[in-house]
Amino acid sequence: MLHLAEGLRLPTNGLDYTLLGIYFAVVLGIGFAAKRSVKTSLDFFLSGRSLPAWITGLAFVAANLGATEILGMAANGAQYGVYTVHWYWVGAVPAMVFLGLVMMPFYYRSKVRSVPEFLLHRFGPSSHLLSSVIFAVSAVLIAGVNLYALAIVLEALLGWQLWVSIVVAGFFVLAYITLGGLSSAIYTEVLQFFVILAALIPLTILGLKRVGGWSGVSDTLSGKKGEAFMTAWDGTGIGTGNPLGANWLTIVLGLGFVMGFGYWTTNFAEVQRALSAKNLSAAQRTPLIAAFPKILIPAVVVVPGLIALIMEPTIGKPGSGLDYNHAIPVLMRDLLPNGVLGIAVTGLLAAFMAGMAANISSFNTVFTNDIWAPYLKKNMPDAYYVKTARWVTVIGVLIGMGTAFIASSFSNIMNYLQTLFSFFNVPLFVVFIIGMFWKRTTPAAGFWGLLSGTVAAMINYFWFYQQGIVEIPSDQGANFVSSIVAFVVGSVVMVVVTVFTKPKPVEQLAGLVYGTTSPGVEEPPAKGDDAWYRKPAVLGWGAIILAAVCYVPFSF
Amino acid sequence: MTDNSNAPQGADGADSTLGETAQHVDTLEKRSQTAARLFDVRRIIGGLFVLYGVIVTIAGLFTSDADLKKAQDININLWTGIAMLILGLAFLLWLRLSPTIPPPPLEEAEASGEQRESD
Repeated sequence: MLHLAEGLRLPTNGLDYTLLGIYFAVVLGIGFAAKRSVKTSLDFFLSGRSLPAWITGLAFVAANLGATEILGMAANGAQYGVYTVHWYWVGAVPAMVFLGLVMMPFYYRSKVRSVPEFLLHRFGPSSHLLSSVIFAVSAVLIAGVNLYALAIVLEALLGWQLWVSIVVAGFFVLAYITLGGLSSAIYTEVLQFFVILAALIPLTILGLKRVGGWSGVSDTLSGKKGEAFMTAWDGTGIGTGNPLGANWLTIVLGLGFVMGFGYWTTNFAEVQRALSAKNLSAAQRTPLIAAFPKILIPAVVVVPGLIALIMEPTIGKPGSGLDYNHAIPVLMRDLLPNGVLGIAVTGLLAAFMAGMAANISSFNTVFTNDIWAPYLKKNMPDAYYVKTARWVTVIGVLIGMGTAFIASSFSNIMNYLQTLFSFFNVPLFVVFIIGMFWKRTTPAAGFWGLLSGTVAAMINYFWFYQQGIVEIPSDQGANFVSSIVAFVVGSVVMVVVTVFTKPKPVEQLAGLVYGTTSPGVEEPPAKGDDAWYRKPAVLGWGAIILAAVCYVPFSF
Repeated sequence: MTDNSNAPQGADGADSTLGETAQHVDTLEKRSQTAARLFDVRRIIGGLFVLYGVIVTIAGLFTSDADLKKAQDININLWTGIAMLILGLAFLLWLRLSPTIPPPPLEEAEASGEQRESD
């Protein structure tokens, strides 16, 4: 969580506020203009499954590029050095490619409208309800945490009161999501993607000039922090110490395979963007198109973290008043003149709002589509569900704002909550992967796998790690280990339960399990989608190769 | 903004099969108006970046010595402004060269379109 810092106040002027004001006006305009396209619940939840791949792809990466991610990864850069690239090249890219090439055909062709809905058909109501409720609760609380993070950053940077930021940002998100549903969320995410780049690229260029270019960064930090700080793999042998507190095995298995795949392939706030694409090819290309910017983002996020460490060597040290999360704000304060500074503030604010909007738009979908419609108010006209979703959005944002206010007095509890919910993605991924590839997996196994995996990760983190029963050097390392534990326990429980319970009849699994196809006519590929550069396999393997090549300069 | 048909949907309960859900989504997809009525986001990106580009470029033309010194002797407002202007114009040009093609209107969409939704 971010803390206040004295002296972090930015020298903003009227010009910067004009640029910020224009952005707010445009976002509200998007909401009003998107409203007229909302006719059915499918328009509200999934933009009518009609968007082109480049839009859903950029929204996919932008939904993840929230401000907590930007500030947090710059912080990791300042704290752990070049190791931070693992979050991108091992932790994200393979999972995004797997989602696009392997899982998306099941998601998109089965025409489910949410990740929990897939569980309903594959396993049945118990796993469906469990995952829907946990997802809904976590989405709305995390929206609150995002809002709180926004408020403390704005208080430090602009001197706004906490409640002003919470109310203003909350109101704008509420307005444009209620009006336009997912379409306005996705459009603002695409817009935010370009604005944040327009802020981070100049920031990185000025920073590099200040510290003598990349060779300046490399030489200075190798000298001050040791050679390993500027490499990706040095010191990650099992048993050797490094600042990350993780070895190559926990990095590849914990961060890359289990956590990365858990987050990117089953987190509905991400998958929802791909489900809104206009056809299967576009849906598959959504995470693949997103993978390319994701590979390059460390250049404008992690590099500024490293630069901040040179420009402000006291950062992260006790007594300096600056923690690692302030890396990017410090550079903004020291390098950007009014004008570009306004763009940077707008970009950060836009990123916070987009992160929250992604949570809220996935929350209203899951609550309406997976809790309200199937279990509480069945068989109502479609218009009723659109109306419900709008009210759910209002209520969700209000709860989020309430959470943000509570968080301001219990910020540690919010940290715990976030950790807690992060444990849910991994068991969900276990259930998906086993359920998709093993036809015999039974409905009961889905439910118990989900529950036991989640509980196991919590026990490992809150009991074994925090009580010091198992020695793990850092929180990050503990997260990696917890997710491996969740994965192993979840899979073992699923296999055991499957052996002793009755599977679903095979004919009900068509289109949900690997090797089967969904009933109904196969869509012919759209015109132009057979071009070589639009082939999912080319894009996917291209991304993997590019990520591997990016490792080369940092590995030898 | 709401649909006129009040027929119950029937395929949304927890007991519906995958085929029923798929059919239900198909129906909704046919009645969906996003493709036909949602504006093109390229217009918004283009417009915003042209506006931002112009404002920031002008700020760059009147840059002060103190600002120039802060930004490592690079006129960052000028360069960022020009870059944003080019990006904005590129999006507008792309929109002009390959405009959105609205899908052929379905009969159902036409019928309800004539009744003018209540928004």
